[in-house]
Formats: sequence, structure tokens, C-alpha cells
Amino acid sequence: MTDKTTAQDIVLRLNRITKRFGSLTANDGISFELRRGEVIALLGENGAGKTTLMNILFGHYTADEGTVEVFGQPLPPGEPGAALAAGVGMVHQHFTLADNMSVLDNILLGTEPLWKLGMGRGAARRKVSDLARDFGLVVDPDARIGSLSVGERQRVEILKALYRDARILILDEPTAVLTPQETDALFETLQKAVAQGLSIIFISHKLHEVMAISQRVLVLRHGKLVGEVATQATDRHKLAEMMVGAEITPPAPREARPGAVLMSLKAVSTAARGNQTGLRAVDLDLRAGQITGLAGVSGNGQGALADLLSGLEVPQSGEMHLAEGETARWTPRAAVAQGVGRIPEDRHKTGTIADFSLTENAVLESYTKPPIARRGWMNWREAEDQTRAIIEKYDVRCPGPEARIRLLSGGNMQKLILGRVFEAAPRIILANQPVRGLDIGAVTYVQEQLIAARDAGAAVLLISEDLDEVLALSDVIHVMSEGRLSPEFARGTKTPAELGVWMAGQGFDDAA
Amino acid sequence: MADIIDILLSASFWAAAVRIASPLIFATLGELICERAGILNLGIEGIMVLGAFTGWLAVYYGADLWTGVAVAMGAGMLFGLLHATLTVPFGLSQHVVGLGITLLATSVAYFAYRLALPQVTSPPRITPFQPYEIPLLSDIPILGPALFAQTPLTYLAFVLAFAVWFTLYRTPLGLALRAVGENPGAVEAQGLSVTALRMGAVMVGSGFMAVGGAFLTMSAFSSFFFEMVNGRGWICIALVVFGAWKPGKAVLGALLFAGFDALQIRLQQTPLGAEIPYQIFLMIPYILSILALIFMSRRAEVPAALMVPYNRGER
Amino acid sequence: MRLEPVANPGLARSLGYPAVALGLTVVVASLLALAAKADPFATLGLILKGAAGSKFALLETLNRATPLIFTGLAVAVAFRAKLWNIGAEAQFYAGALVAVLLGTGALGFLPGFLLIPAMAGAAMLAGALMLLGPVMLKVRLGVDEVVTTLLLNFIMLLFISMLLEGPLKDPMGMGWPKSEPLDRAARLGRIVDGLRLHWGFGLALISAAVVWIIQARTTLGYEIRAVGQNPQAARFAGIPVNLVLVKTALLSGGLAALAGWSEVAGLKGNLTLDISPGFGYTGIIVAMLALLHPGGVVISAIFVAGIFVGADSMSRAAGVPTYIADILLATALLFMVLAILLTRFRVVRG
Repeated sequence: MTDKTTAQDIVLRLNRITKRFGSLTANDGISFELRRGEVIALLGENGAGKTTLMNILFGHYTADEGTVEVFGQPLPPGEPGAALAAGVGMVHQHFTLADNMSVLDNILLGTEPLWKLGMGRGAARRKVSDLARDFGLVVDPDARIGSLSVGERQRVEILKALYRDARILILDEPTAVLTPQETDALFETLQKAVAQGLSIIFISHKLHEVMAISQRVLVLRHGKLVGEVATQATDRHKLAEMMVGAEITPPAPREARPGAVLMSLKAVSTAARGNQTGLRAVDLDLRAGQITGLAGVSGNGQGALADLLSGLEVPQSGEMHLAEGETARWTPRAAVAQGVGRIPEDRHKTGTIADFSLTENAVLESYTKPPIARRGWMNWREAEDQTRAIIEKYDVRCPGPEARIRLLSGGNMQKLILGRVFEAAPRIILANQPVRGLDIGAVTYVQEQLIAARDAGAAVLLISEDLDEVLALSDVIHVMSEGRLSPEFARGTKTPAELGVWMAGQGFDDAA
Repeated sequence: MADIIDILLSASFWAAAVRIASPLIFATLGELICERAGILNLGIEGIMVLGAFTGWLAVYYGADLWTGVAVAMGAGMLFGLLHATLTVPFGLSQHVVGLGITLLATSVAYFAYRLALPQVTSPPRITPFQPYEIPLLSDIPILGPALFAQTPLTYLAFVLAFAVWFTLYRTPLGLALRAVGENPGAVEAQGLSVTALRMGAVMVGSGFMAVGGAFLTMSAFSSFFFEMVNGRGWICIALVVFGAWKPGKAVLGALLFAGFDALQIRLQQTPLGAEIPYQIFLMIPYILSILALIFMSRRAEVPAALMVPYNRGER
Repeated sequence: MRLEPVANPGLARSLGYPAVALGLTVVVASLLALAAKADPFATLGLILKGAAGSKFALLETLNRATPLIFTGLAVAVAFRAKLWNIGAEAQFYAGALVAVLLGTGALGFLPGFLLIPAMAGAAMLAGALMLLGPVMLKVRLGVDEVVTTLLLNFIMLLFISMLLEGPLKDPMGMGWPKSEPLDRAARLGRIVDGLRLHWGFGLALISAAVVWIIQARTTLGYEIRAVGQNPQAARFAGIPVNLVLVKTALLSGGLAALAGWSEVAGLKGNLTLDISPGFGYTGIIVAMLALLHPGGVVISAIFVAGIFVGADSMSRAAGVPTYIADILLATALLFMVLAILLTRFRVVRG
């Protein structure tokens, strides 16, 4: 690698890319260049336009204005096939793999002329295993994707790009779902790729990773490129300021005053469902006035625990107790009635009904009882009044209670859900990925609300894939792996690396 | 009981079973291709009616039989294109569009039939495909006449089943088709067009359904009459489920089903059958289809993206 | 291409696309008339005249609309919950069968004012039970209800045929497979003396109003909509999804059965195998054209009935086959679902 930039060294050039969705300008005249063997980080908070920009580069979207050049050749817009052929590979944040098919089939998909007879799987298998060895991406080519861990799936995604001889690799939030150790392994793979002359665009909102992996940082804010700095010449504070536009003050940790155990699980196991891991002999105490954080790689049983608290799942064995109330005939409605407030993981699919109005969404959990309904008759006026109160109290920006919730931003949707949950005065709060995909303002708001609920005496269970978030908010931490739950760790007693060991499944009593 | 054994030992029974299975195989393969690509095609019943009519009409107006098959296939593909346009790029409800296509295709066929033949007392006939005895093979006892003395369209049905299997599991196109029914996002990320694959699958699948319909007028019978498809399309949808979305199993399912159908036809003519209302026998195919669905309900591996429209904006 | 939601579709957008859809349907009608070597304007005029050109024509249309309102409501209620009840035809016959079973003497001891409600109730129950099987298979085993309800239509028709050629056959029927006529007391009267329109029509309007109230004002209506829009979110919120589907099925099957009962008790007086020219299937079109709205169902049922009645009378006069009506309805349906989509989404490049 040389420091001199010649025209030949430029592998990718974006010229004044602009993309509008309705009235929103997602990308506003963005230009930059990527050089051979370089890692640039694209930094920005949720909604800043990073993913949109990369989707334009990869051909999922067409830009309204501007052009993309790869190795000096203009890239035809709107054709992922053309981007792939030009040597651009993309590892999407949400993996694009067919779960019911093998690793090899997923890699081979679309690599050969469709009308060919026969598949040439033998040669492909050799190439895949060579690549796996060279880049440290071990995975069984005949395994079904559905049986792989999240880390393994990501390796398949990278192999897909390398198999097509990608020269430019785009990774969209690649570390969001990994343990610290897996992240280290990923960074090693990326170093190997760079050493072989690949160029990398690394999309992230995690500052320490950006500092660790990149040579240059581009900062996006509200769809505009607001800064471009050499990584050596900056630091985390400056980057954070550029990203948010002001200095960020994270919610100051306040001392918790833990009270009585409000819910306890004793050796609870649940059945595995489809691709969801079940719980294996989980012991857990949720205390009043305390935030219990649950760390772990997604897909390790967090879903089962969330379903159990939500009332969607019942213990197969073991005991579930509430300090006040019953767990007999445990259903979602029973959970709500027993004082469990539930903030679901997916606010679009589980938390709200897209084509329902705000009012209809706000009363989803309370519509059976007075004053919303009497003897099966709905009182829509009362429902609308309650919704108005939530809109006001939780600062939900919306056209009005009659608007369809589909039109709201993720943050405002989440605020309505918060209102729905908190107005029922829950004693126990399940917050499953409560800030995922939200912009920084909404993140801070949701986190402060959770802390306020804790201070008011609620027992909060915070489930998050983001270890930093768990560390920042939790008073005590558990780690989940393959359906097992670690012992309780008090705040500040474990480093991220130590927790990472647990996340990888080591340290448990029955670990082989 | 003795009656049943007599029937099962007769070559004509097995020949009838294979004959009855043939249109079901065409249409089931057509539906299977659509569903493997992620599109439920409820237009099947109407497209079969249309295929039966257009193929027959072409021959009635002087075309040769194979041209008639091609005409039926073309008509099916045209309605497949309409179905695909509404359900793939526009992502409209596959239930509503499918039922609409069935009504449209059926009524277009009936309307055109009345235009072509305003005043007929008995439906005019064509000379249908004749059985072709494959030398040597057709001399095998029972099996020979059953399998190797059929019309060319029946042979085509089995060749097609193999071709569909080969394409799905042994070619890049088949891999792409299966993937687009599992996760269209994966297909687009690998540079292939979800829209083209799905629309192509629906068109080709609809073409096969129409050939299945054409079998009725051009091989099984020799004229077109109303209500002749009589729910066969819906039965084929059940057969796709019964066959777990696999061509080989679907063909076996069609044969099994046709075997029962051939059996009930023959049982009606036995002394025992004379005492039971014939409607009971006619119900058997439909009841079997429902039982097949119940039987397979817990085992079938449904294509993960079946009936899930794909909109690039909502990834 | 890509679909992008329109935040606030204006009046022009909301009405423009459906208007274009109707316009295109008229174009299709004209082309079909031309294909039949008839004058398109005359053909359309004859359809209109046949449907509403005289008091007799109008009453005929309303009579034809009566079963369609019931089956349209049945489908609309079910489709709201995304319960794909394609079996309204079978449920229709279940209701018609009950009307014959109870109306030919079995309940002769009841006074008239009790007999008719008892028959209607029993008919609803029979229709509800027809749909209970498929919906239980759906919620318990995950069996797709589209195919099971469709297949039940064929089974039911064969069953009716068996009864009409066997135990229910009218000995005075000159060998035709038809049932004995209903007792005088079991028949529905005319709304206005001298006008050929029976009380089934009035009951259909009342049913539409009741369904409207259920959908807009009751918790059940809210639950049905929630389950139809997003069963996953409904389940999470605590709505008993399977129970709601079962309740929906009972309501839907009951409404479809009322159609059969009202045809037998109000119009025909006995049961024959051809009493329904596909009322159950046409109910799907009625419901879809009405956007599943109960008030809309009444309007679209009258519209659809008018097309059928008008096409019948036009066909006799102009020689265009009556199947033009089915083609028109199918095209209207397909154009309309596309038009409704385009009022809410715009098509954009890339």
C-alpha cells in the first residue's frame, strides 16, 4: 500500500448522490472516493442515510441524482447484478440468506448462467473451502443456513461476496449481532482482505470500532456528508459531536435501590419453536427498583424468555412465580393483567398494527375493560381521549389520534408503545431491544423513561444485543447462551471481554 | 371385496388410473412451480377451463393436435401473465387475484364458446390424441397396457415431471426459483430479478395448467362442455401440499388419487355399488383431497415466502 | 419499480383510480359486444334497461340482490379477519336445506311468528357448522381454509343432489329432482302487497346494518379487524386469535346460510339443485367491490345483481352471450383491487 493517491488507486467514486423518499431527503448530494486497500468507515446515527446510500451503490435503489463509478466505469443504476459483476459485494445488516437451503446453495445462487444444465458444485465447493481457509471463515458448506449461528451466517455472507471475487466489500453494521470475540475475528478477516488488495466500506454507529478498523471516517447526518477525517487525526469525542451535531451526554447512571423480588424463575425450561432456541433451566430474579440487563448474541434464547414474560410461552418445566398475582393460565392477556408491561422487540410486526390508527393501537391491550369497553361495546370517544393524553404526555409527534400509525417514525411509534405500557402502571417491565433503530433523541428518551420507571419501583428486564447498551443501563447483568442463563453480575464487575466469554457459551456449569 | 380384487387385477383399471392422473400431473406441476416461486395461483381452475376450451377450439377450426396444445399453453401463459402482473410487481392479494382470474378465464371460455357455437344441441367432437403403444414395453402384462399404451400427452406429463424435477434441483435456474420462494431478498442480493423469476414461474406454471385442461378435451374426451373441469384445479392445489412441494411426490400423489378415482368409477358398476347413491362415489375425490391436506398438515415444508409479496422498498 | 405509500391520498386520487377502473370495465364490455357483432352502446343500454328500466326490472334486480347481500356480507365478515371463506356456496345450500327440512311440516306445530325465526336461526346454525370444520382445521392443524371450503362446495352440492333424488324428492315432482314445497306458514311474505319483493330483502338490509354495528362499535368487530390486519400483533396484545377466528366463522357461515333460507322461503318455495347460480362465489366479488364494508355490500350486491339481470334480458334481445356479465364482474374486480392499491401507493422507479 502507498500513501500516494493516483487515479488508478481510486476504486469507487460517488458523485453527488441524492435520494428522496416522498418529502424526506435521505441522501443529499453525497460524494466521496474509496481507494485500493483502504477501509473507510461510514458513521452516522440511525436514520442518517447510511444504509440508503449503500443500497444505491449496490443497486437496490436508484438515485434521483448523481452517479456511481467503479474502477472508472459508471455503474448502471438499480441493478444489483451490475454492482456484483463490477466487483462490489455487500453484507447486509439483515442477512439475505435462504434458511431452508444449504450454505453452498446460498453462495452459488445467481453465480452461474440460469439456463445452464447442471451446477458444477464440485469446483464451487473447492473454491469455497479455499476462501474459507485464506480468510479464516470456517463454515460447513453443506449445513442448512437455519441451523447456523448468527456469527456463522455472517461468514456465509462474506463468503458470498468473496466467491464472486468482490474487490469492494460493504459491511452494514456487521458487529451489531456479534460477541466481542467474534468481532475481533471479523476484524482479522477484514485485515486479511485488505492485505489482498480489497477495499472496504464499514458502516457503523459504534465509535470504538470505527476508530479500530478504519483509515478514514465519513460522517453522515440527516442525509448530508458533514465530515471527512483521517482516523488518526480524530478521536471518539470529536466523531460523536460530528455525528450528532452537539456534544452527547449519556444518561448519567444513578444509584438503584433494589427492592423485593417481583418475579422469579426457578429452573424454567421451554420448548424450542422452529428456529427459536428454548430456555434451559433458567433461574432469574427480577427485583423492584432495578434494571436487569440481558446480554447475549441474538437467537440464544432471549426470544423464548421474552415470550415467557409476555405470556406467549409457558414453562415446560420449572416454576414461575410472581410476588403478587398468579401465573396460572398464563397468556398475553394474563401477563398484562398481572402487571407485566411489555415492549416488544419488533414494533412494526408485533407492537403495532400498521393500518390501525393511533387510537386503535393505543387500546390494543386495554380494550376489553371499562372505560374503553362495556359489555362488548366500544367507547371510541374515551379511547381517543386516552390516546390524546398519551400523545401529549409522551410527546408522540403525529398528525392526530386518527392517523394510521404506519405514517409515524420508529421513535414516535415506540413512544406510543411506551405510553400504552406505562399508563397501565406495570410492576414488571419487559423491554426487548427498546431502542433498536431509533435516532439518538428517541434513544435517550426511551432510556430515561426506563430509568424513571425503575426509580418509581418497577422491575425492568432489558434485553439487548448491544452490549454497550446493556452495560450502560443495567444495575445487574445476566448473559444468555444457547438457552442457558449466567449468574447475576453486579454493575461494573465484568469487562466486555469477560462478558464476551460468557456470550460465546463458556463458563456455564454444563459447558462441555 | 372380491370385486375390488378383480378390479385391482385388471389392466384397464391401471390404464384408467394413469389416464385420470395425467391432467392432474400437468396442472399440479404448474401449481407447484408457481408456489415454489412464492405465488399461490388460485387461477388454476379457470386456467384449466380455458386450456380445455382453447386447445379444443383450435383443433375444431382445423389446427393439428399439437398446435392445439400450444394454443392452450399460450392462452394459459397469457392469463398467467395477468395474474403475475397483479400479484408480483403490484403485490396484490394472491387469494383475490387468483379467484378473479379463475372467474375471468372461465367466463371468457364460456363466452367465446357461445360466440363460436351459438346454437348447438350436442357439443361437436374433434378427433383426439390416440393411444400409442410403445413396442415391447406395452406387451408387459398389466403394467404394459397401463403405462405404455397411453396417448402422447400422458407420456408428455411424465417427461415434464422429470424435467421439472431436474430443473428445480440440478440447474442454476431451479436454485434461483427455489430461493425466490424461500427468501426473495436473498435472490435480489445475488443480482437476480425477483420480479422476472416470479413472473416467469407463474406464466410457465399457468401454461402447464392450461395443458392439463387441454388434456380433458384433446385426450380424455373429444368435446368441450361446461363444468368439465369440475374442481380438478382445487384438487391439484391439495396435491401440491400432499406432495410436499416436490415434483416426484406430487406425481405419486396424483397417481394415488387417480387410482382411487378409477376405483370408485368401477365400484359404481358392481352390485354393491348399485345400492349406494352414485353421489357418494363422486364425493370421494373431494373428501380424499381434504384428508390429504389434513394428513400432510404437520409435515409439509411450505416455501417460506409463499404468499409474501416482495416490495424492494420494504427490505 | 417500487411502491411507495401515499401519506394523504387526496380526493382526486381516492376517487380517480376507482373511476378509471369502472371506465375500463365499460370499455371491456364494449369490446365484448363488438366481438359478438353487436352495437356496444345498444348492448350497454339494454343491460341498463334490463336491470332498472321498469318497475318489474328493478324488483327483479332487488330480488336477485337479496341472496348476494347475505353472501357478500358473509364473505366481507370473513375476509376482514383474513379468513378465506370461499365456501359460501356450501353454506348457502346448508341454509336452503334447513328451510326445506323444517318448513315442510316438521315444525308445523309452531305458530307463524315463531316458525320463521326458528327456521332462520336453524339455518344460520347449519351454515355456521359448515364453516366450523374448516376453521377448526385451520386453527388446530394449519390446514389452508381456501381449499377445504372450496372442496366442501362440491361435496355439499353432491349431498343435496343425493337428497333430492332420494329422501327429499317431491313425489308430485313429475320425476324432477326437487323438494316438496314449503308450507304456507313457512314462506316469507311480500314487503308490499302486489310487488314481487319478499321480506328476505328487508332482512338482508337489517343484516347489513347489524354487521356494520358489529364492525364499528363492538369489541368483536375491533378484534376481527386486528386479527385480519396483523395476527401476530393481535396475539401479542392478548387478543385470543383462534377464538376470534371461530366467532368470525360462525357469523360468516350463518350469514351465507340466510341467503339459502331466504331464497327457498322467500322466492322459490322449494329446493332444487340449480337454486344458486353461484351466489356463494359471486358473494366474493360483491364483498371485494364493496371493500368489505357492509354498507358497500348492499350497493355492490344491487349493482352486481343488476348486471346479471340486465345481461340476461340483453342477451335475449341482442344475442350477446350472458357470460358477458361474469367477464365484466371479473374485470371489474381485478381493475378495482388494482385501483384501490393505487389510491394508497404510488409507483416509483428504483
